[in-house]
Amino acid sequence: MSGRFDKFVRGLDEDAVRSVRASTLRVFNARSSTLGEVFEDVDDARRAAASVKAYVLDNLKALLLQFEENCARNGVTVHWAEDAASANATILGICARVAPGGATVVKAKSMATEEIHLNKHLTEAGHTPIETDLGEFVVQIDGDTPSHIVAPIIHKDRRQIARSFEREGLGPYTEEPEELTMQARAHLREKFKSAEVGVSGVNFAVASTGRIVIVENEGNNRLCTTAPRVHIALMGIEKLLPDESDLALFLRLLAGSATGQRLTVYTHFITGPRRAEGDGPEEVHLVLLDNGRSRVLNGPYRDILRCIRCGACLNACPVYRRSTGHAYRHVYPGPVGAVLAPALEGVKKLGALAKASSLCGECKEVCPVDIPIPDMLLRLRSEDERNRENKWKWFAFGAQNPMFWRAGVRLMRMPRAWREFRNPPKRQNDFRRWWRGRP
Amino acid sequence: MTVRLMLTCLCDAFYGEVGVAAVKVLERSGCTVVFDRDQTCCGQPAFNAGDWDEARPVAQRTARLFGLDSDEGDPVVVPSASCAAMLRHGYAMLGVNIPARAYELCEFVVDVLKIPNWGGTVPPRRVGFHRSCHARMMGLRDQQEALLRSVSGVEVVEFASQDQCCGFGGAFSVTHGKVSEGIGLEKLRQLERAGVEQVVSGDVGCLMQMQGLASRNGVDLTFAHVAQVLAEAEGA
Repeated sequence: MSGRFDKFVRGLDEDAVRSVRASTLRVFNARSSTLGEVFEDVDDARRAAASVKAYVLDNLKALLLQFEENCARNGVTVHWAEDAASANATILGICARVAPGGATVVKAKSMATEEIHLNKHLTEAGHTPIETDLGEFVVQIDGDTPSHIVAPIIHKDRRQIARSFEREGLGPYTEEPEELTMQARAHLREKFKSAEVGVSGVNFAVASTGRIVIVENEGNNRLCTTAPRVHIALMGIEKLLPDESDLALFLRLLAGSATGQRLTVYTHFITGPRRAEGDGPEEVHLVLLDNGRSRVLNGPYRDILRCIRCGACLNACPVYRRSTGHAYRHVYPGPVGAVLAPALEGVKKLGALAKASSLCGECKEVCPVDIPIPDMLLRLRSEDERNRENKWKWFAFGAQNPMFWRAGVRLMRMPRAWREFRNPPKRQNDFRRWWRGRP
Repeated sequence: MTVRLMLTCLCDAFYGEVGVAAVKVLERSGCTVVFDRDQTCCGQPAFNAGDWDEARPVAQRTARLFGLDSDEGDPVVVPSASCAAMLRHGYAMLGVNIPARAYELCEFVVDVLKIPNWGGTVPPRRVGFHRSCHARMMGLRDQQEALLRSVSGVEVVEFASQDQCCGFGGAFSVTHGKVSEGIGLEKLRQLERAGVEQVVSGDVGCLMQMQGLASRNGVDLTFAHVAQVLAEAEGA
């Protein structure tokens, strides 16, 4: 009865679950206290952000064209990528031109690059991608995958990281977070110096000015986007905001929702390549990734494209907390992933994810753009042919035939799979008999 | 006022006493209760599982049976926020539109009958109130809790992660048993840690999950539906 998801959870190490639970709860609590301080009414802010994003989706084509025009004026080269293959080809093409013998590519954290599996393609083409976000760096040296869209190594503790660093020869064994960070820093500095290409994601792209905005806390993003000769930014086409003035709301909602910060440590506004006398990259490329988004835009899961990848729904979700992101077996885990993954790649392939939810609704309540995730999970279930089981035919038959129902309901037992973990309820007095026997 | 009681399938099958308590609460509030023996289930199990083709006719039948296919009629009261949320929200998603006349029991008592305090006395106990997720999602404020608190002898104690799901989720508890168990045990641990004696909720689904886990794992807690505590209150 239980599927792959639950089987995965059965095999989980209790320490990993405890670590994920503690981290998510910490951010979950920080989120509500910070947003409560920043906004007079958090729900008003969420609704306002939702309506801005709804406007973006309603006018996506026009805003994208406006954005492209402004990028061109700023000296940014815009590339349109219909799918992952086309995005990878574009990025590989730039790398091959810049460093024909193979480029060292320093990477900032970006879910879009995870989505297109860029590292794999870069490596296969003879380039050397290096993750520079501390968490993503650990993921890379361990040959692991991120388990959270904001905190990629939420499933690891510092002892595991210490062992990985020692194995990679980054320095003497230590479990001190500061020392581990300094080891990674020293290692990555050299990479920044030698890299020909820097790749980043995009948090917000402003249509009216052609500016891209990236937030981060470690400073590696700044180095990725400025030190190498070429900066390539990859963004999903839904990342637009109409105007710079929208950032006041979105930057605070994102930082508060993602990490419980008022603002991230760094906020980068990138307008284009270096000017005559300044520094920075000689070329800035922007790859606009569709990869199924246009199809989602015109379907019932359109609102999932409002998502700003804050990860608040992961932190709030009791299912995510107990299962860790890897249970979802997709780049996008948690409640948002359970909608986005099947919406992008098909209900047939990934529809089972929609069932990995108790529909408790926390995801919607914390979502900074008020995405009705529970309703979407229900709709996804309804689209999945595999959920049309015989037992529901019997259920519906019984529920429409009261005599059959009355007989059946007194014989009903909780299914065996339910009883695996719980004792079944003791049958109390029969309401119907009591009702009939009343004076 | 005449009200139509929707018993709910879980009370029909297992928790008859909750239905009895709901009738007592409504009658003590001055209502005349009508119970139609042809009622079955609101259709939520099939709806949540994703079989909307089978859920829809059940919803249509239920709407008809309770007079919710007409603009005028008696209120429908159900001792479950989950079923009430299904009537209000799930039915609309199925394309079965009904008038705004379906209420969760305590919501009905507080908001419609205007009884903000229940009163009366029960033997003293430390109560952990579990607000169900559907209660939160359908926008119930603290109607259940307020009535509960007004009963003397009930000491409602706070506990950590109070609003977290119990892990039931209907079919989810079957298809994702291990996850569901983990979520539920977290809840029980918090309740135990706060020194709770009796767990009270407005949803039988949550109670069945928590009670089933507690008895399997030797957790010493008792469980009651909010209607049972209200019905138990002497002199209310």
